[in-house]
Amino acid sequence: MGNLTWILISALLVNNFTLTLFLGLCSFFGVTSRIQTAVRLGLANLFVLVLTAISVWFLNRFVLEQAPYLRIIAFIVVIASVVQVVEMAIKKWSPALFRALGIYLPLITTNCAILALAIFQTNRGYGLAQGVAFAFGAGLGLTLALTLMASIRERLDVADVPAVARGLGIVLIIAASLSMAFMGFAGLGSGK
Amino acid sequence: MSETPVTFDDFLRGLWKENPVLVQMLGLCPTLAVTNSVANGLTMSIATLCVLVASNVLVAALKRFIPNEVRITSYVLIIATFVTLADMTLEALVPSIHKSLGAFIGLIVVNCIILGRAEAFAAKASVVRSLLDGVGMGLGFTLTMLMMSSIREILGNGTFMGMRVLSSHYEPWVIMVLPPGGFLTMGFILLGMAWFGERKKRQARSA
Repeated sequence: MGNLTWILISALLVNNFTLTLFLGLCSFFGVTSRIQTAVRLGLANLFVLVLTAISVWFLNRFVLEQAPYLRIIAFIVVIASVVQVVEMAIKKWSPALFRALGIYLPLITTNCAILALAIFQTNRGYGLAQGVAFAFGAGLGLTLALTLMASIRERLDVADVPAVARGLGIVLIIAASLSMAFMGFAGLGSGK
Repeated sequence: MSETPVTFDDFLRGLWKENPVLVQMLGLCPTLAVTNSVANGLTMSIATLCVLVASNVLVAALKRFIPNEVRITSYVLIIATFVTLADMTLEALVPSIHKSLGAFIGLIVVNCIILGRAEAFAAKASVVRSLLDGVGMGLGFTLTMLMMSSIREILGNGTFMGMRVLSSHYEPWVIMVLPPGGFLTMGFILLGMAWFGERKKRQARSA
């Protein structure tokens, strides 16, 4: 159990997908102008991550043992299908959320965080429970990073930013300081 | 369908005017993640360049046979095939760099530059033009990666491709090779470009 908790905390804080591994930057820069959308997208990502972790475990266990060279192709197909299923499910059960997420829902397929999770999980040889814990940590970490960024950017709207820095320039500098803050977690677990 | 003539512009466009990273803001993840040393950055860009050219050519060649409804899926499969090839080639040729790049080789599949070029250019243009476009965009990407990784390796480690360029009295800014350095370097490059553009506009106004 301690192992699982550690995998979760590690993916959430120490090796945060967005701020220390640079994964999923498109949505990090693209969808973080409003807190509400950022949180929703983060949670949609979390859901897809967990489903992916489970499907990838099945793939690794039963299919890819015979054909490891098909790994990347198999992963991307599975991820695309998972996103498709999630999209249909959300559309059926919560049309409001479906409208709010808009184009960013299908774009989860090309979010590198998802494919990275599949590859990491395989390389580290995680079992089912470990994979799911990892996915939860990664998804929560993504949501955390998106929310932090969105809340800073909402305040930035009323700030007096020099003309040259408007747009992505200032956002990247903010990301740098957030990333620096997350480096503080690097010592976590080293005494273990 | 009248063929647009092949021009040199197809090649040049990707290098600067429509640079995939700096102007179109695509493919930011690898640009920030694997530029902590020049060797890593260069290997990654060459792999991406090869995949981009190969997939552009194949997509352009097959565009008549791919039904419109499943085109994105087909493109992704084409790209994933070439990425698998690149992954195995790198593992055989430069095992140490392959190891330090880790998952990022596989992640070339979801690099938006490649899918973006397949959808926006190769699906509509001839094979030769797609080839030129792929090479141009790939070199534009390489240029940016080289810029980022040189700045980060020189400031953060005092070396370039492993060779010492700053004297041993130089105290390396370790932060530049750590994750925040990636965001910081990119941020300052963008600020510099915005400042340059602003100055040019002002000069044009006063002239």
